[in-house]
Amino acid sequence: MDYLEMTPLGDSAVVVKLGDRIDLETHRKVQLLSGYLDRHPFEGMVEYIPAFTSVTVVYDAMKLYWDRVQERNETADQEDIPFDVAARILKDIVERLEVTEEYEPRVVEIPVCYGGEFGPDLEEVASRNGLTPDEVIRIHASGEYLVYMVGFAPGFPYMGGMDKRIAAPRRPTPRLSIPRGTVGIAGEQTGVYPIETPGGWQLIGRTPIPLFLPRQMPPTLLQSGNVVKFYPITRAEYDRWEARER
Amino acid sequence: MSIRVMKPGLLTTVQDSGRTGFQKYGVIVSGAMDAFAYRAANALVGNGNSEAALEMTLVGPVLQFDSTLLVSICGADLSPTIDGKAVPLWRPVVVNKGSVLRFGAARQGSRCYLAVSGGFDLPKVMDSYSTYLRAGIGGFEGRALKEGDVLRVNPWTELGRAIADKLASAAGDGPFASTRWHVSRGMMPDYKTDPVIRVVEGPQMHLFAPDSVRDFFAGTFKVLPQSDRMGYRLQGEPLRLAAPVEMISEPVTFGTVQVPPDGNPIVLMADRQTTGGYPKIAQVITVDLPLMAQVQIGGSVRFRLVGLREAQELYWIAEKELDLLQKSISMLFR
Repeated sequence: MDYLEMTPLGDSAVVVKLGDRIDLETHRKVQLLSGYLDRHPFEGMVEYIPAFTSVTVVYDAMKLYWDRVQERNETADQEDIPFDVAARILKDIVERLEVTEEYEPRVVEIPVCYGGEFGPDLEEVASRNGLTPDEVIRIHASGEYLVYMVGFAPGFPYMGGMDKRIAAPRRPTPRLSIPRGTVGIAGEQTGVYPIETPGGWQLIGRTPIPLFLPRQMPPTLLQSGNVVKFYPITRAEYDRWEARER
Repeated sequence: MSIRVMKPGLLTTVQDSGRTGFQKYGVIVSGAMDAFAYRAANALVGNGNSEAALEMTLVGPVLQFDSTLLVSICGADLSPTIDGKAVPLWRPVVVNKGSVLRFGAARQGSRCYLAVSGGFDLPKVMDSYSTYLRAGIGGFEGRALKEGDVLRVNPWTELGRAIADKLASAAGDGPFASTRWHVSRGMMPDYKTDPVIRVVEGPQMHLFAPDSVRDFFAGTFKVLPQSDRMGYRLQGEPLRLAAPVEMISEPVTFGTVQVPPDGNPIVLMADRQTTGGYPKIAQVITVDLPLMAQVQIGGSVRFRLVGLREAQELYWIAEKELDLLQKSISMLFR
């Protein structure tokens, strides 16, 4: 597959830019390269971070120096620097990858108790859009959301695909603390807070299931490339669920 | 074997070389802010490269030693004393059972590391001892130390035992004994209150107005009080883009200098998020991150541009020197 460019991010990372806008085609490329690096991490690679349009690969410059020096028995100053080595390895990998048609993302269903104390902004999101709270719930729970990227907090999904009819701007003043599991809307995006953080999103509900699982592998419920569906549950179901999770 | 926390200090956390490998899940790296001081501290007590150590910030804790331990204190000079007697930094120190280690004024630097031979006996979470404060995991119960905490210490390493044996005779009746030799000044990063920090070009440097790029390298930036383990917030001549840009969030790393719309740069540090949406004007080179980590609030920094080749060569030299430090210690005491 093709790529736009490989640029250094400091002296220990390469950014492989695979597209210049957020779309499905670029996302597929990000997923392909990520999957390959999971299965075949190269010597000297520390980790990779997938994003909307790029994959950033963190490397250990010492390993890339030494490999080259030992392999070709040349002095270091005639050598490529570790960035050149990392970029060349990645270029070979990217060029060999083929964008295939089949695409079966993992679907994750997330139960949400909408409104009430868990969703203090549900009424406002509804009235802004000339809808009833129930209509907002119905629209939100009927969508399929693609996780383009995970960031901001462990397992926090940057998702696309929300219906514009329930869009709402960020709150003018962010809340100091948003409980974990809270489901929110900001602009045309929706997301779930995996840990307690400050935040400016409009809060419409809460899920009882944990999104950050530090003692499991993988440590997050959601990963880049997943498809998320929400479904409404009652407060009683929420309480039972939460009691079970403890 | 243990250390008892009598007073916790301003922000004392357990850190190691960081929680790598999980950024794709949005899990931050954390780890020691000053990797040089952290690694030197471990080397001096005969530990491997990634044992848990304490990172102390500006106001150090008061620690009581419930057993005789081999420690080293590296990084910021927070005026440490043991039972009232000043303790030298950057060298192995045998602290006798019952002694109390206190810290005083921050004479130089912000962050000081305490390593113990064998390391602290703590569970690893996601393959790391580092404390991830916001998520409440890692380190000591996922939080900063509190009064009354008891830190259990692993058995000494063989090398640590050998170092301590040579020091034991010198201890006598005093509260501690230390070597005369120490990590040489020439090997350390050039710690200063107002350092010049070397950077390489950031991915969006070319999008900034030429005047702003000039200001970035010519100006002096003050370190604002909101600076913390997540990032150093700086203030100087506001930096402007040549034209407005719609940025798509992408990864950031330790030392990324990003510029929010207010024009004041932020240097991202150990507790940074994995991704960011602001333009990145520059990237602090790895060997100068310790300099940044030790600047005090109210201090100032300037930036100097170097090439990527120079940055990576400097990194190579610094790694070789640390390696040499570890090798010399083990040769000296085996």
